[in-house]
Amino acid sequence: MDKKQEKQKDAGKVLIEELNQDEKESATHKRSFWNVITIPLLAILSGLIIGAFLIAATSTSVYTAFGQSFGKGITTAFSEIGSAYAALFTGSIGDPVRIFNALFSGDKEQIYKAINPFLESLVQATPYIFAGLAVALAFRAGLFNIGVEGQLFIGAACATFVGYAVKGLPVYIHMPLAFIAGGLGGALWGFIPGFLKATTGGHEVINTIMMNYIAFRLTEWLLSGPMTRPGSGGMPISPLIEESAQIPQFFPSPIRFHLGFFFALGFAWLIWWLLFKTKWGLNMRTVGTNPRAAKYAGLSVVKTTMIGMAISGALAGLAGAIQILAVNRSMALGLSSGYGFDSIALTLIGNNHPVGVVLASILFGTLRNGATRMMVVSRIPIDIVDVLQAIILMLVAAPAIIRTIYRLKEPKQEETTVFVSGWGGGQ
Amino acid sequence: MTPILQLKGITKRFPGVLANDHIDLDLRKGEILALLGENGAGKTTLMNILYGLYQPDEGEIFIEGEKVTIDSPTDAIKTGIGMVHQHFMLIPVFTVTENVMLGEETIKYGDFLDRKKAAKRIMDISEKYNLQVAPNDYIRDLPVGVQQRVEIIKLLYRDAEILIFDEPTAVLTPQEADELFSIMRSLSDQGNSIIFITHKLREVLDIADRIMVIRRGAVVGETTPDQADKNSLAAMMVGRDVNLEVEKTDKEPGDLVFSVKNLVVADKFQNIVVDNASLDVHAGEIVGIAGVQGNGQTELVEAITGLRKSAEGEITLLNQDITKASPRQITELGSAHVPEDRQADGLVLPFPVAENLVLCTYYKEPFSKGVILQYKTILDHAEKLIEDFDIRTPSAMTPVSSLSGGNQQKVIIARELSRPIDFLVASQPTRGLDVGSIEYIHKRIVQKRDEGCAVLLVSPELDEIMELSDRIVVMYRGQIIADLPNKDVTKEQVGLMMAGVLPEEALAEGDQHAVEPAL
Repeated sequence: MDKKQEKQKDAGKVLIEELNQDEKESATHKRSFWNVITIPLLAILSGLIIGAFLIAATSTSVYTAFGQSFGKGITTAFSEIGSAYAALFTGSIGDPVRIFNALFSGDKEQIYKAINPFLESLVQATPYIFAGLAVALAFRAGLFNIGVEGQLFIGAACATFVGYAVKGLPVYIHMPLAFIAGGLGGALWGFIPGFLKATTGGHEVINTIMMNYIAFRLTEWLLSGPMTRPGSGGMPISPLIEESAQIPQFFPSPIRFHLGFFFALGFAWLIWWLLFKTKWGLNMRTVGTNPRAAKYAGLSVVKTTMIGMAISGALAGLAGAIQILAVNRSMALGLSSGYGFDSIALTLIGNNHPVGVVLASILFGTLRNGATRMMVVSRIPIDIVDVLQAIILMLVAAPAIIRTIYRLKEPKQEETTVFVSGWGGGQ
Repeated sequence: MTPILQLKGITKRFPGVLANDHIDLDLRKGEILALLGENGAGKTTLMNILYGLYQPDEGEIFIEGEKVTIDSPTDAIKTGIGMVHQHFMLIPVFTVTENVMLGEETIKYGDFLDRKKAAKRIMDISEKYNLQVAPNDYIRDLPVGVQQRVEIIKLLYRDAEILIFDEPTAVLTPQEADELFSIMRSLSDQGNSIIFITHKLREVLDIADRIMVIRRGAVVGETTPDQADKNSLAAMMVGRDVNLEVEKTDKEPGDLVFSVKNLVVADKFQNIVVDNASLDVHAGEIVGIAGVQGNGQTELVEAITGLRKSAEGEITLLNQDITKASPRQITELGSAHVPEDRQADGLVLPFPVAENLVLCTYYKEPFSKGVILQYKTILDHAEKLIEDFDIRTPSAMTPVSSLSGGNQQKVIIARELSRPIDFLVASQPTRGLDVGSIEYIHKRIVQKRDEGCAVLLVSPELDEIMELSDRIVVMYRGQIIADLPNKDVTKEQVGLMMAGVLPEEALAEGDQHAVEPAL
């Protein structure tokens, strides 16, 4: 009996911390933080181990070595795996030796170049953060937004248009204007399925998927028609945006680290505040967790659904806008490497919490970025990284596997109830 | 004589809970043993072990002196144990015969079902135990009481000799319950042994040969109806003295607070479920709506609280027309609602107690300023209500899902009754709760009435209606068929009206009963 009460007390404290961060006690915080990230961490570890086998199994030199002798095969396999993961590490975080040397030399440019892999990982993480927040917010409101990718494209198109078509504005007006335009575009694209769900009951999963197709084809048409770059020779690419619309990068090229990353952190804080500190957030979470109780409490489920989808769409649109304004500076069809779809998965890893989303986004950005170098250095196909990510995700999504492998205890019930509600959105 | 069933030292642990603690139980042939205990006391766990759904951590089961292991319900049925579940396991679109045969098909010519032979056997059983059913009726057309008989026949068809009844009267009218008791009696007279699980004291005293009381997973006492009374049983169940009588003074009702005129409500299939209903509730008065579940009470309450649109009619609260008002408008006028299904409607289970305590008011000062929630105020408010309403929770931030049913209900009661209100709708406020919580919630409702609040109480528990109400309204098939002061009717009369007997006849009948106490 006592043990049970002890357990419940812990759960209560975790929640208090979530709600009142300034009142937290450091000791209990550490433990609960550890509880939350154990499964994702072990999933990543397991994913890397399984990935090691894949790397060995897809390398031709390993097969050749095994042809010569078993021992040689094993050593080659280990060296292949080692070099691949070393490349993954240096490509995403940086080469420690190089960073060390650069710091000692004191040469600014050398330092920038040495830490660029890490900064580039943050650049890659930025759209993930926005897209992940979009999914997380929708989840909390009981909605499953699969349309992030489409909303991202529409947001990017709107930001691009304002970026090149509006001329002669100062930076402090033009840049926010283009950014907001991206958000509004995404909001509209999210609002439509939200409206359909609220008024007709059409399920948002189907409608957001369909809205994706419309968005893809619409941007294709825009880029090869009304928004095409003069003299592009029929290539579907937009004109470059005005300099006044650009979100500044901090360092000289090729370092792409930009202010947008801090925008992303700012928005993560904003969404956290919105969800857990305001009555709007409580409205949304109530509707998302128990629509019947929300109705009983006098909330408008219809209104909350529409607003939730619109805000979620806006965040997705911002993901597209940030990519255009800070990194690409013009819009082409290859804008997104599936940010919108990956974000659904990374939100799951991040437990639908803004902080978790930021951490998971940085993980994804790091993996994506390191993969490029892994491909170049070790000639490992980038697809292996996709497979790696997929394995990690599966392990996170099926915590029972991790728990069985590492013999962890079952979590308390209330921990698992949070994101299930997103799936049963139909009424 | 060896008992037909013997449990020795049955122990079952769940993480953090000792559900059954070395329970010993003997069941003699032909007796009715009542297993009495509060919700969560471990009755159902014990029966699930007996029925093969759980395996005990320790302990042994003997049938007629022979040790058995029961790994599944199939094993249980083979050893002659059958269970009538609280929620029936019947297929509505199959006939009685088909349901009874299911899993134990009688076959002829290879693989063809022999319905006739099965029906014949059902009729034999039905005659032997006085269980009246028509083998060719479809389950969906049968009243609940008859469906339960089909469940019993299913067990007898499989030659079960030990029958377990899990809270069998929860879904029945008082008359149906009486019929069930006579069936149980005839079953035991013919040599079957019965374990009867319940938390209703009256039923235990009516029907049991022997009573075993379980509290917190352990047997705390054994008695017989001759030696026990309601109060002693309640005390054993709860572990302290319980006052079962609601203390209530007579009071003149005040002004009209709430009224419904000619209300018609349709369900989602456009069936009329509330038919031309009218009723008034005055200040300082409890009006109890009696009726078997599913006679339109749920929809009536939903219409009153703004959760469902009414088709026709007029609803007035404090001289304002609220027929088309939203739930929030109705709440803000000074009404409170204790919903029928607390987990589905009344609470957001993963949310902490503190947030659930402000579920209907968090958007207003002082709980939020501007758009920002004032968590300090919300927590202080929660601490106060936890204290005032004796909610047993480790902290104000504990998710409501980890509280017991009684404490979950106290959260709702605290939230609704702590506001300044003029009108309270309480729908099945004590459903599934233990004696201690029922006592407490009844006291609170009466207290609210004494403060001058108008109360509309809906309950299928006739005892609850009789004890609390100043006036009793009976609903049958969507219509209000009677509206009488409590003192003018007896429980039997209300019971008859719940079954659809018109008030004039019911009152006449009741009088006869009164004249002939022998009946």
